[in-house]
Amino acid sequence: MRNNRSTNINFALLTVFAFAMMFWACKDPAKPQPTDSFDRTAMLTFWAEQQIIPALEQYGITLVELETAKNDFIQNKKITDFELLKTAYLNAYLAWQTVAMFNIGEAEAIGYRNYINTYPTDVALIETNIANETYNLELPSNFVAQGFPALDYLLFGLLKENEGYLQKLTQSQYLNYLSDLIDRLDVLNKTVLNDWQTNFKNTFINNNSSSATASTDKLINDYLFYYEKYFRAGKIAIPAGVFSGNTLSHTVEAPYSGIYSKQLCLKAFEAIQQFFDGVSFDGLTTGPSLKQYLQSVAAANNTEDVAQKIINQWQIAEESILELDNNFKQQVETDNPKMLAAYDEIQKAVVIMKVEMMQALNIQIDYVDADGD
Amino acid sequence: MINGLPKYFNKTTNAAPLAVFRICFGLLMLISIVRFWYNGWIEKLYLNPQFHFHYYGFEFITVPGNFTYVLFIICGLSALCFAAGYKYRFAIIVFFLSFTYIELMDKSTYLNHYYFVSVISFILIFLPAHNYFSLDAYLRPKLRFNKIPKWTIDILKLMLCIVYIYAGLAKLNNDWLFKAMPLSLWLPAKFNLPLFGDLMQQKWLHFAFSWAGAAYDLTIPFLLMYAPTRIFAFLLVVIFHLLTALLFPIGMFPYLMIIATLLFFSNSFHQSILKKISQVLHLPKQIFDNAKALNYFNCFFGKMAFVLLCFATIFQLLFPLRFLLYPGNVLWTEQGYRFAWRVMLTEKTGAANFKIVDAITGKRFYVQNDDFLTALQEKQMSTQADFIIEYAHLLGKHFENQGHQNIEVYVESYAALNGRPSQTFVKQNVNLLNIHNNLKHKNYIETLNE
Repeated sequence: MRNNRSTNINFALLTVFAFAMMFWACKDPAKPQPTDSFDRTAMLTFWAEQQIIPALEQYGITLVELETAKNDFIQNKKITDFELLKTAYLNAYLAWQTVAMFNIGEAEAIGYRNYINTYPTDVALIETNIANETYNLELPSNFVAQGFPALDYLLFGLLKENEGYLQKLTQSQYLNYLSDLIDRLDVLNKTVLNDWQTNFKNTFINNNSSSATASTDKLINDYLFYYEKYFRAGKIAIPAGVFSGNTLSHTVEAPYSGIYSKQLCLKAFEAIQQFFDGVSFDGLTTGPSLKQYLQSVAAANNTEDVAQKIINQWQIAEESILELDNNFKQQVETDNPKMLAAYDEIQKAVVIMKVEMMQALNIQIDYVDADGD
Repeated sequence: MINGLPKYFNKTTNAAPLAVFRICFGLLMLISIVRFWYNGWIEKLYLNPQFHFHYYGFEFITVPGNFTYVLFIICGLSALCFAAGYKYRFAIIVFFLSFTYIELMDKSTYLNHYYFVSVISFILIFLPAHNYFSLDAYLRPKLRFNKIPKWTIDILKLMLCIVYIYAGLAKLNNDWLFKAMPLSLWLPAKFNLPLFGDLMQQKWLHFAFSWAGAAYDLTIPFLLMYAPTRIFAFLLVVIFHLLTALLFPIGMFPYLMIIATLLFFSNSFHQSILKKISQVLHLPKQIFDNAKALNYFNCFFGKMAFVLLCFATIFQLLFPLRFLLYPGNVLWTEQGYRFAWRVMLTEKTGAANFKIVDAITGKRFYVQNDDFLTALQEKQMSTQADFIIEYAHLLGKHFENQGHQNIEVYVESYAALNGRPSQTFVKQNVNLLNIHNNLKHKNYIETLNE
């Protein structure tokens, strides 16, 4: 008797439960609701096809031009070729600013960014390498003796006066080193670009889930890290002495050429914003982006538009960068408060990105157990 | 004193459920230790960081370098031993100590279920879990008892009920019930779930999950206790916990809860499990079925265990309520937040920028957190005030050793809770070196703008 009753109750509850599940399961597919999931696959595809790969390709083209200019200069050793070489250097350095933030795939595996743009460069080490004529540029200890910062030194920092300059640079050891540095940039980029073009694009797009190792989470973590560490700290905060209390004007990007530091910084900022806004590399189309993603989350939860908040803050930050001298070294040495003011505005955006953007997108920073606290 | 206790405490019951629990719990712990090692978390969480966050009162616990591996081996082996019921008492004590030590090494890895494991293994030290179907009892016939005091099983059930009920009560807050937060932030990220990806975007589903989750936590103990609803309740337990395992990176917790709820099942159910195990492994189960009943109150150990566990139970009932002693929203201030079964309750992100100031010259600079902390530690630090204080003192010491003088440490910290816009977390004008972690109200936390 008792047993029978309990079976009945169990059965009744099970039935209710089963109906509840069916109700849940059935309600969905009929009509798509306004808060339908943001298509991460489409976003990853757009990132790869319209932003990352074209940027790497364009950077590759500037490197080929740099190779040509270098070869011409080595052959002719003329001042006109030297001028062309310096222009090619600037173009490649600017193009680098559009790919530096994509530290994923082969770029991450080989430590791409460290070889290409670690600064301040170590002049003593460069001179030692040149004097010894034996060096292994693949060693991490040589991060500080290669890449664009080392080129900046070789092309702009050897001597003050132009006359002796070519005499010094055209010594065979110097030319060999110059040549090796440029060749290495080319090899590094070919490795990364080739991987994107052959395997990694599909891997990247298909890894479309939501976890610490998924493409979206990884790239957004990288993006934020780049903004904080390489853009904010590297280009502005460290030279301005934000982390040391004393200004460190020699730590600006490209201190030997000097006049390009603001241009490089603005180019990097432009790339950061272009990625966020979902503007294709050629500027002709727009696609699914972080901005759209954030706006869809905000619409679904009826919360503040974090994307607009970030964009507005960036506008203020960009204006404060435009106020600065073309030569950041000069700026730091003569009027550092302006540099600090720019840092403040860039930092305000860090807070919005790190706190509100990361919360809205529910990005995982690492794979460990969590129970939500 | 013990003679005057209600009759209930003299009741005995079949020892099988406790034996089954011992075996399952031990094996699960072994798996969990192996998994932790395999995932590289020993290095990532304990060996790689230069600095570790300590629990208040446990500052003396440090990461023992490469000996950490040995610690994990000891922990895993002791789990295996107590599962087999081999040198049970010694093994469970070693397990409790080693597991708890590991958990205390760094506060940034805090998880409710680790605490649950510590609580359960502490209680198991005092329970007669090796008197039936164990290697100890196999080797020493004197230890064999078919029946054990009923309360020694009920106390584990009570702990489970405490977890569920307090977890349920913690969900009865404005964010969870009326904003479906944080599930509204978490579930949409599960867009790639087969079939259900789009469903996860629906606001009504977030509310349904929130309310169902709270109702589940608050009712499941009763549904498990009441025989007629038990099977149904277990079905719910399995569905609920597997769903959370599917949706959230919650680790071993779901499996722990599933095996623990088996305790509610009848003796005959557990007998049949042990019978199956005996058949498969050719074990002489019948030698344990001696119809002898263990009396816990005729020896010193039993009496002591009883008194101790009474205090432990009272502690478990009261400790989660300590948040009531503090003003402010507990989700924001996190005063009395930990060790209180607050699971899946908050999505809190933050950013904390530390400023080191020379009080006399006014010279100042900021700190790059990744010079000191891992990404995970930084994430935990920037939303929890006690982390911020401990880190500020570390920074103070570090820069003093570097020769800086008259140091003051300030923080510009911002946090966002459950979808709210970010706001200042710790007061910016407070020199953190003047503040020390203690149990007093942290009046240096800004009030939450609801």
